[in-house]
Amino acid sequence: MMSGALTVFKKELRGFFFSPIAYIVITTFLLLSGWFFFSTFFLYNQAELRNFFSQLPIIFAFIVPAVTMRLFSEELNSGSFELLSTLPITSSGIVIGKFLAALTFIALMLLPTIAYAFSAALLGDLDWGPVFGGYCGALLLAGAYVGIGLLASSLTKNQIVAFIIGMAICFMLTIFDRMLFFVPESLLAIFAYLGSTTHFQNISRGIIDTRDLLYFLSIMFLALYATTVVLKEKSNYSA
Amino acid sequence: MIEVQGLNKIYGDFQALKDLDFTIKKGEILGLLGPNGAGKTTTMRILTCFLQPTSGTIKVKDYNVLDDPLAIKNMIGYLPESAPLYGEMLVYDYLAYVAAMRGLDGGLKVERIAELVDTCGLKEVVHKAIHELSKGFKQRVGLAHAMMGDPEILVLDEPTSGLDPNQIVEIRQLIKEIGKEKTVVFSTHILSEAEATCDRVVIINRGEIVADGATDHLVREFGGGAVVDVLLQHDDASRVTAEFKRVAGIERLEEITQAGEGLVKMAIFSKEEEDIRPALYRVIREQGWDLLDFHRRTETLENIFAQLTREN
Repeated sequence: MMSGALTVFKKELRGFFFSPIAYIVITTFLLLSGWFFFSTFFLYNQAELRNFFSQLPIIFAFIVPAVTMRLFSEELNSGSFELLSTLPITSSGIVIGKFLAALTFIALMLLPTIAYAFSAALLGDLDWGPVFGGYCGALLLAGAYVGIGLLASSLTKNQIVAFIIGMAICFMLTIFDRMLFFVPESLLAIFAYLGSTTHFQNISRGIIDTRDLLYFLSIMFLALYATTVVLKEKSNYSA
Repeated sequence: MIEVQGLNKIYGDFQALKDLDFTIKKGEILGLLGPNGAGKTTTMRILTCFLQPTSGTIKVKDYNVLDDPLAIKNMIGYLPESAPLYGEMLVYDYLAYVAAMRGLDGGLKVERIAELVDTCGLKEVVHKAIHELSKGFKQRVGLAHAMMGDPEILVLDEPTSGLDPNQIVEIRQLIKEIGKEKTVVFSTHILSEAEATCDRVVIINRGEIVADGATDHLVREFGGGAVVDVLLQHDDASRVTAEFKRVAGIERLEEITQAGEGLVKMAIFSKEEEDIRPALYRVIREQGWDLLDFHRRTETLENIFAQLTREN
């Protein structure tokens, strides 16, 4: 199974860079994050990347579903999913391969932002701990959103619909923390746990708490598992 | 080799397959025939583990599609209808990807791709993107996809649909070639194709098997008739009909109208075991008609197909 997943992974990762979408997404991401970061960087007069990382959840909520939207929708639309799933590979192999490809793509997209850290280090005394934590958190966050994006993509043949569904769910998780005053007090603890921003901020401060890790890993697992179920059911009901 | 046992498939409130039962022997070329929507594609999709049956099962060797899909996928090469390949990939990259999926690597992979490029005639398009290819080439890339893992069983869903006549002949020859060593299951609604390529046909109508056997066997079982085609130079068709009607053993006489000015064309039906040609020829000689064409054939699969799959 793993060799099949690896083949899917390689094919999808190459596929990203053969389509113009990858370059548009990367450019948009770097422009947005760069602007958000540097527009306030000099106001704080502190050499740190907190401001960059604090914007990531909201940027990811839009960028990640754009990366994942075509992964299943396109295959369902063209019918190539039938060819893929009759090759000797399990549906979980397919899902894992595509998941890792999208996550790797996001990691490659984040890579140039290390330049921000070096610029900050040039200007002042940068504490590398939170920077490292921030990137770990960013990968976990990206993993969770990629999972959700894949699930959205498996639900529909239409890439735009997949993008909107994925973006809506990711956006909701992102802003949950700021909407807590609408929630009745008895449910507060549950809703506070559901928001992704707090968990992400904890990790990016360099505090590794199992509750935060568990949050991201369980979203990834649930979303990917749901995707395999959807794909199985889908092929059974579409005549 | 392949056993279909009590196969049922229900989509919502539509029963696509009803208690299908048949077996396919090793090395056989089996044609699945039926009108559109009869259940050919559904049967193939269950065989290739893309769909799950509602009840019943298909066994390939000792494996069951319900329990060992991976083992079965390893033995089967499948070409779905209209070959939905990844359009943006180059042909070579695509074949390399399929080879990797089939567990081929390194030198073995390169060798196998070269072999298939040769058999499927892909040399001139190897470095083109798939979406640039004509329908015929796309179909051949699909065949290469199906044959990549050197599978024991090939499942081809309407492999010749949408191709031009030359390409159809090429693909048929390819199928026959492949069929010498492998078990081939393919669907079609072109009957001459089934007659030309298959060892055996299974005719499906509305999810049920209506006929199963070798083509000549089916013709004998269901049709059993012989037809003599006659083309004469004559002005009065009704007179010709009247004269021929005197011959014993004729079941039916059909005049074919588009024969042309001063010509009479007829199809004369009889039982297969009776040869009415000598009697017909005697009539023609007696009357002194100018005979242009005189030819006997047994009833075709086409008539039988129409008879078996007619509505109601």
